[in-house]
Amino acid sequence: MATDAVAVGVRRRRVAALSWRRLFSHSSFVVGAAIVAGVVAAALLAPLVTSYNPIEQSFRDQLLQPSRGHLFGTDEFGRDIFARVVYGARIALIVGVVADGLAAVLGVALGVLSGYFGRRVDAVLMRIVDVVLAFPYLLLAMIVVAILGPSLINAMIAIGIVYTPQFARVVRGVVLQIKEEDFVEAARAEGAGSLRILGRHILPNILSPIIVMATLTVGYMIVETAGLSFLGLGASPPTPEWGSMLATGRSFMLTAPWIATFPGLAILVTVVGFNLIGDGLRDLLDPRLRGRQ
Amino acid sequence: MLRFLRWRLLQLGPVLLGVSILVFFGMHLIPGDVAQLLLGDKGTDADLQRMRHQLGLDQPVYIQYFRFLGGALQGDFGESIRTRQPVIWEIEQALPVTVELSLAALAFAVVAGLLIGVLAARFPHSALDTGSMVGVLVGVSMPVFWTGILLLIVFGGILGWLPLGGVMDGSLTVRRITGAPLLDGVLAGSWPIVWSAGRHLVLPALALGATAMAAIARMARSTMLDVLGLDFIRTARAKGLAERRVVSRHALRNALLPVVTLVGLQLGLLLSGAVLTETIFALPGLGRLAITSVLARDYPMVQGVVLIAAGVFVVANLLVDVLYVYLDPRVRYQ
Repeated sequence: MATDAVAVGVRRRRVAALSWRRLFSHSSFVVGAAIVAGVVAAALLAPLVTSYNPIEQSFRDQLLQPSRGHLFGTDEFGRDIFARVVYGARIALIVGVVADGLAAVLGVALGVLSGYFGRRVDAVLMRIVDVVLAFPYLLLAMIVVAILGPSLINAMIAIGIVYTPQFARVVRGVVLQIKEEDFVEAARAEGAGSLRILGRHILPNILSPIIVMATLTVGYMIVETAGLSFLGLGASPPTPEWGSMLATGRSFMLTAPWIATFPGLAILVTVVGFNLIGDGLRDLLDPRLRGRQ
Repeated sequence: MLRFLRWRLLQLGPVLLGVSILVFFGMHLIPGDVAQLLLGDKGTDADLQRMRHQLGLDQPVYIQYFRFLGGALQGDFGESIRTRQPVIWEIEQALPVTVELSLAALAFAVVAGLLIGVLAARFPHSALDTGSMVGVLVGVSMPVFWTGILLLIVFGGILGWLPLGGVMDGSLTVRRITGAPLLDGVLAGSWPIVWSAGRHLVLPALALGATAMAAIARMARSTMLDVLGLDFIRTARAKGLAERRVVSRHALRNALLPVVTLVGLQLGLLLSGAVLTETIFALPGLGRLAITSVLARDYPMVQGVVLIAAGVFVVANLLVDVLYVYLDPRVRYQ
């Protein structure tokens, strides 16, 4: 039990690092949190933010310039771009959570197995990770989508799989350090089994790098899933997804540049928000991760 | 150095073998029958069986893999379902375009990134520093496909300074030497082709290199700030050396190493970004070939393109590692 108390003590120190006061005195975290809060609010309150339906076509209103009636203009089907951008925030956030969650769960599982059990398990898993990392990201995602079939859900799965090795590597490194700590050694001496050591001592102590990594990658996952949609491998029409809106906008970039401008701006703002939060969390929780992105 | 190189080359084999296994079995997981796709709707059952036999699809899957691997080692990836051309021929046409684009993007990223990073570190907390770091944050967060479209809208559409896509003006033709349009123009000594291919390369290279440029600028700034605070820099200044010489000769050399590592990490992003950039600018490169093949379910082509792209990526990473050892003799990978 003494070892549990030590582990809890270590965890408390880590969690203490996350205190609101420290977080909100970090300027980039505050700016990032404000941006992301704005995006989340827009996504949740979309029907209150705009009265337009994002998929309703209106042929009288095709390709209208931004105006008071249509803040961001309309597309070739007369759909309100502002409404599509606002509703698109819902999809972007779901993409971020699902793809990031998948990468984190798979990556943590692989990383913990590799780092904790070492030897052959480590050698085999890390060689697999090496092979997966030998693919340019988007090409690997394209293969996964080709196998599963083009759809938004499959694009999220593909991006999650592509990011899994990065999580696995970071988690493995941290587990390798923690498993040598005295409190883990003591738990082992007390006769604790692998499952107990992993669940009670290792996992709680690798939370910080996982949180930092997940926040730093979520923006890129949103961009890359939008990229797959842009290429026709993700969301299909008429879904208001930012990447596929950009693909449409490309055809009208000289006659109606607003169609491509605003969804891109939405991606940029959201990604900047997540990157700023990630930078802040990294500085506060895990400065060792600096430079890995 | 030779021992290190030999060791790294030996490591390449298993990784590329793993890549080939993943690609081959990945393609086998895709629903659909290549023989059926090749025949279309016209073939009878007998034709289908003959085609399956011809392609070796009636063999056990491990035999098919070894046949694929044997062919790949000799540069034979089969025939494209879409164009009926040998896959390797299509790749030979496309690869030089992507390599030229990626190198141009990388050159822009390294030169502009270092310049911005060094200037920002030279005048820390100035308006220049703050402005460039805000620009860097925007740069690393901008999706390459949006950067490309914005550049096209501004420089191709509104200002009309640069062409909207393609590799060179349609009225020009260049004798194929390397397959890279700008390089072929230079080798042929044709000024109009160099001018046209160069103008067509500017926007795609800027779009593709922007993210890497921002990342390099950020890294260069932070390492330069670290190095500029070290004792040997104070000594150099105390000797009376001009500040420009201190920065360019003493500090920059030592700040380059992390930047080289970062360049290695950016290569994957560049190759991924090439798929999107080539799509936006209608460039007939490997990325566009990949996406066209995936959308057309042209599996032999996808297999070939992915294997070659992964090979290029792995070899490029090896070159970065070699450069790293060359730049810092203290580093020895044992």
